[in-house]
Amino acid sequence: MAVVFEKPHALTDAVLHYCPGCPHGIVHRLVAEAIDELGIEGKTIGIAPVGCSVMAYDYFRCDMVEAAHGRAPAVATGIKRCMPDNVVFTYQGDGDLASIGLCETVSTACRGENITIIFINNAIYGMTGGQMAPTSLLGQVTQTSPYGRDPKTQGYPIKICELLSTLDAPAYLERVTVTDVKNVKNAKRAIKKAFQNQIEGKGFSLVEVLSACPTNWGMTPTDALQWVTDKMVPVYPLGCFRDKE
Amino acid sequence: MAKVTFNEELCKGCGLCVAACPKQILALSKVRLNQKGHSPVEMTNQEACIGCAFCATMCPDCVIRVER
Amino acid sequence: MSEKVLMKGNEALAEAAIIAGCRHYFGYPITPQTEVAAYMAKRMPKIGGTFLQAESEIAAINMVYGAASTGHRAMTSSSSPGISLKCEGISYLAGADLPALIINVQRGGPGLGGIQPGQSDYFLATRGPGHGDFHVLVFAPSGVQEMADLTLKAFDLAEKYRMPSMILADGTMGQMMEPVVLPEPQESHNDLSWAVTGTNMEREHNIVNSLYLQPQDLEDMNNQRFARYAEIEKKEAMWEEFMMEDAEICVVSYGITARIARNAINEARKQGIKVGMIRPITLWPFPKAPLAAAADKVKHFVCVELNMGQMKEDVELAISCKKPVDLCYRVGGMIPSPTEVLEAIKKAM
Repeated sequence: MAVVFEKPHALTDAVLHYCPGCPHGIVHRLVAEAIDELGIEGKTIGIAPVGCSVMAYDYFRCDMVEAAHGRAPAVATGIKRCMPDNVVFTYQGDGDLASIGLCETVSTACRGENITIIFINNAIYGMTGGQMAPTSLLGQVTQTSPYGRDPKTQGYPIKICELLSTLDAPAYLERVTVTDVKNVKNAKRAIKKAFQNQIEGKGFSLVEVLSACPTNWGMTPTDALQWVTDKMVPVYPLGCFRDKE
Repeated sequence: MAKVTFNEELCKGCGLCVAACPKQILALSKVRLNQKGHSPVEMTNQEACIGCAFCATMCPDCVIRVER
Repeated sequence: MSEKVLMKGNEALAEAAIIAGCRHYFGYPITPQTEVAAYMAKRMPKIGGTFLQAESEIAAINMVYGAASTGHRAMTSSSSPGISLKCEGISYLAGADLPALIINVQRGGPGLGGIQPGQSDYFLATRGPGHGDFHVLVFAPSGVQEMADLTLKAFDLAEKYRMPSMILADGTMGQMMEPVVLPEPQESHNDLSWAVTGTNMEREHNIVNSLYLQPQDLEDMNNQRFARYAEIEKKEAMWEEFMMEDAEICVVSYGITARIARNAINEARKQGIKVGMIRPITLWPFPKAPLAAAADKVKHFVCVELNMGQMKEDVELAISCKKPVDLCYRVGGMIPSPTEVLEAIKKAM
């Protein structure tokens, strides 16, 4: 018998601290699989965000840097400018990338930095206990939108792929999800492509992964994934927004 | 012929693998807890397993190893 | 030995950074430090380096953080309001034990303040610019030659002790032109095995990080860092003594005001007043020892600075308040004349 599935090498043996059913674990694995398959673990440098995935630096076997909240793209820029032959990626959540770090995100994309960003959008601040995120849906109840997100006072969900696709520089922007096997496989393809682009020197590549937060949404893991399909996908349509030759 | 093995202590009993299994042969234990206090996943019918690895694909914690 | 060349302070500093091996500059425009950025924008592309105008001061310091984590010598420069924004990144640099150079060409404050020279960031620089318990090495050049020399020193000590360095200059220091002998490059033998350069599948992964969720680990890290700081306080304080042999009054001043004070002291000496000066060159570590020694000999101290008396507190601490300490100050871009300083010296008699 041959092994058809096992933990990728680029993940360490550290036990993930995430809640039961948190898709961060799935996306971590997809990133690690991409790193394995491209044979780049030895030259990859990852940047962990602030948020639930802050301890990603313990989970990836490549060299890792922990950034201040939202600053991962700037940190990645500094690293890539020093180490252009290395593969540099950031792993960021929605509060990190789309709120406090929005300026860094847009500017890094605008410069077309040759880096890879894996953006986890689960429409909530998980680590701090479930506050409204820039990507929270209209009407979504969170700790800081207890009556539901009201566009009159709390604005609308921010659509990162659409926003960045107004810029000239980005090479690759795609939104995927991990709600089922088919989508996980598609997400894997997109993530691998985002790394491959960097190796080929194509420039800024970002994959937005629609994800779930069962704990703070107050749902079972399976119900949470269903909520992504039912509620998030209509607001955040899946697909490729930019794929420069 | 397929074989699925679980690194049971990593299992958090989230049930995503159970929902993903096309043969519906996975279940969370109703009688056992692992060291962390989670009900771990169990194989209920190894013979019926087709080794599709859907369970492992959906598992956030790399609990599952699949051979075929 | 290089020849003397006439250079602006900001440019001498920038060229010295290149001599020190810095090939990565990240900055954001702000008066009065813009010459540093302009100089780097011209020079870096010609020597295979990086000049990057960042989207903000915050981004610039975080680019420095990234570059520093790879073990490369990296720097940013700014002026007071911009340094406020960089404080987040400086704290992370300190927390992750990363070397880097931050230039603060100070102007008056608070808020937008003005664009004329100031020294009002003394507290900000010497108390650890950012949240948490930490220090950065702080150098206060008092001439164009020191702008160059201290830049090399700042890079070297930052790397040796794995912490950020700050050159605390001021608008005058940045703009003035003087003849300068550019320093020779020095070989560095500092350990860089902590840097993230890719594991090359030959070692365990390196992690650059300032997060310690176990309180005991965090306390241990702070204790380790402060043990290093204690060593630095013992070994690395720099100062200059001027006419202190028989002095009864000790002026304490740094940067531009030390130059004005020197003129005032020369004039006072002509008038028979026994006055000298201790000029701190490092503001952190603060040269406590020479001040403590002076406290047993002189009758009075006079601090001259472009703020409301920030260094004065360090002088009082250094001398355990054994002697009175006067303050001669101007703020908001105003600069005391030698006559004003002379009057302050006479008042202390």
